[in-house]
Amino acid sequence: MCFPQVEVLDAKTREQLCFLDKVCYHRTDPHWYPARQALKLDPRGKSLRDDEILQNLPVGTTATMYFRDLGPQLGWTMVFLAEYIGPLLTYLLFYFRVPYIYSHRYAFTSSPHPVVTLACACHTSHYIKRLVETIFVHRFSHGTMPLRTIVRNCVYYWGFSAWLAYYINHPLYTPPSYGELQVNYALAIFVICELGNFSIHLTLNNLRGEGESRRFPVPTKNPFTWLFFFVSCPNYTYEVGAWVSFSIMTQCLPVAFYTLLGFIQMTIWAKGKHKAYNREFKDYPSLRMAIIPLIL
Amino acid sequence: MGAAPGTSKAAHGDVAPKKKKGPGALATAYLVIYNVVMTAGWLVIAVGLVRAYLARGSYHGLYYSIEKPLKFFQTGAILEVRKHKCPKHTNESRIVPSSVVLTGFQVMSRVFLTWAVTHSVREVQSEDSVLLFVTAWTVTEIIRYSFYTFSLLNHLPYLIKWARYTFFIVLYPMGVTGELLTIYAALPYVQKTGLYSVTLPNKYNFSFDYYTFLILIMFSYIPLFPQLYFHMIRQRKKVLGHAEDYSKVE
Repeated sequence: MCFPQVEVLDAKTREQLCFLDKVCYHRTDPHWYPARQALKLDPRGKSLRDDEILQNLPVGTTATMYFRDLGPQLGWTMVFLAEYIGPLLTYLLFYFRVPYIYSHRYAFTSSPHPVVTLACACHTSHYIKRLVETIFVHRFSHGTMPLRTIVRNCVYYWGFSAWLAYYINHPLYTPPSYGELQVNYALAIFVICELGNFSIHLTLNNLRGEGESRRFPVPTKNPFTWLFFFVSCPNYTYEVGAWVSFSIMTQCLPVAFYTLLGFIQMTIWAKGKHKAYNREFKDYPSLRMAIIPLIL
Repeated sequence: MGAAPGTSKAAHGDVAPKKKKGPGALATAYLVIYNVVMTAGWLVIAVGLVRAYLARGSYHGLYYSIEKPLKFFQTGAILEVRKHKCPKHTNESRIVPSSVVLTGFQVMSRVFLTWAVTHSVREVQSEDSVLLFVTAWTVTEIIRYSFYTFSLLNHLPYLIKWARYTFFIVLYPMGVTGELLTIYAALPYVQKTGLYSVTLPNKYNFSFDYYTFLILIMFSYIPLFPQLYFHMIRQRKKVLGHAEDYSKVE
């Protein structure tokens, strides 16, 4: 049995690095852990997937591959922890009016408005829920994220939560125009959306667990999952709903703006997922839209 | 800012003509008309400046003589960004994703300076810094739009190509200096009058301080201007560096 020779060259310098596979290369130099390596057949082409088999690749008896360093990578769990810890903590800094944020006489005071405390509770539990899901619920497929992207995402999450928190916890905050009625209705919708979002995550999770056959998610006995009749990505629908209700609860324009941005991003993701489902499953229900029932 | 860096791929296409996905006849006609009109417009502004200078005998207050055409033609450049979005109908032979961002940014910064600073803060209109950036923009745009016109007609004189990729070396810093000085001059008036600013408390729990915003804009020039400038310099090497290989007049 004769194994093809595999030589590996650096994509930029064409220097021979010369190892059999990612794991072997990693053993020689632990700096280049497998997630960081990209191997390609063409220096300018796409990277080979980790599960590709050498025998099936279009190579002769000597396989030449090109190596590219993808830069430092972080696993998905770490990524999400980094992204969510920030908003959780920064909001609290503003809620407790840590010194130097607001005028000195307000340091460590609390707002007279109950809605401000409620908003803090909602925001905090939203991110605790996300952290819990990241650690215990989500099962991430292969893959990592480059450090640069993580930094950018963290700046986004941390920055926006600081901006929102600044206004909601400001000494000059104005409570909603329709008072308790507005706050209570918004709170109810918020709780429903959070539960909904959590249910969908559990449902998607169970989908993964069941063997090799790929299936698309369907409504279960849980009423929150009935949104699957209408949309491909109800988790995003519920997420948008939660943020819309939070905007109404706080009646704060920066929150509404943040919600808008999140909505745009999630719509892009939902449309992509929707398209992928349609492509993969011939019997995919045609009633379903991507993120907003009957509309989007 | 002085030159328009993102829109240079047409020249690159001239230098190394690969498989060009050229625009259709109707799109080309539209683009040619657009570019001719823009060239003419900026020529009108240039002539207006010269005539006003000769009439008054001084550099001061020339802004008022070209205020309307400046607003019209600079704002008209927004159409250019829209065109970049559809690859078939562009000023370029080949679309590069970054050029939408660069061109869009370029145009938005110019429109911002025209309307949100110079038009909005009357007191800066008599500043000399306004003349500085208006002159830089005028010369740049005349060269740039005639460059596009000739490129589209596949008859680009080397002189125009050379001018497009050389004048920016001086015009770009000149324009940036004028812009920054103008924004700086506007600051005290903005702070005094609270122009475009919203304070707390208000019903929607939002605030915006235009004064701080302008300062941030000024700081943003620090990372952005060198990037755009060196991008143009690299383009220049690519485009004009091949001058020995190709004939002078296309």
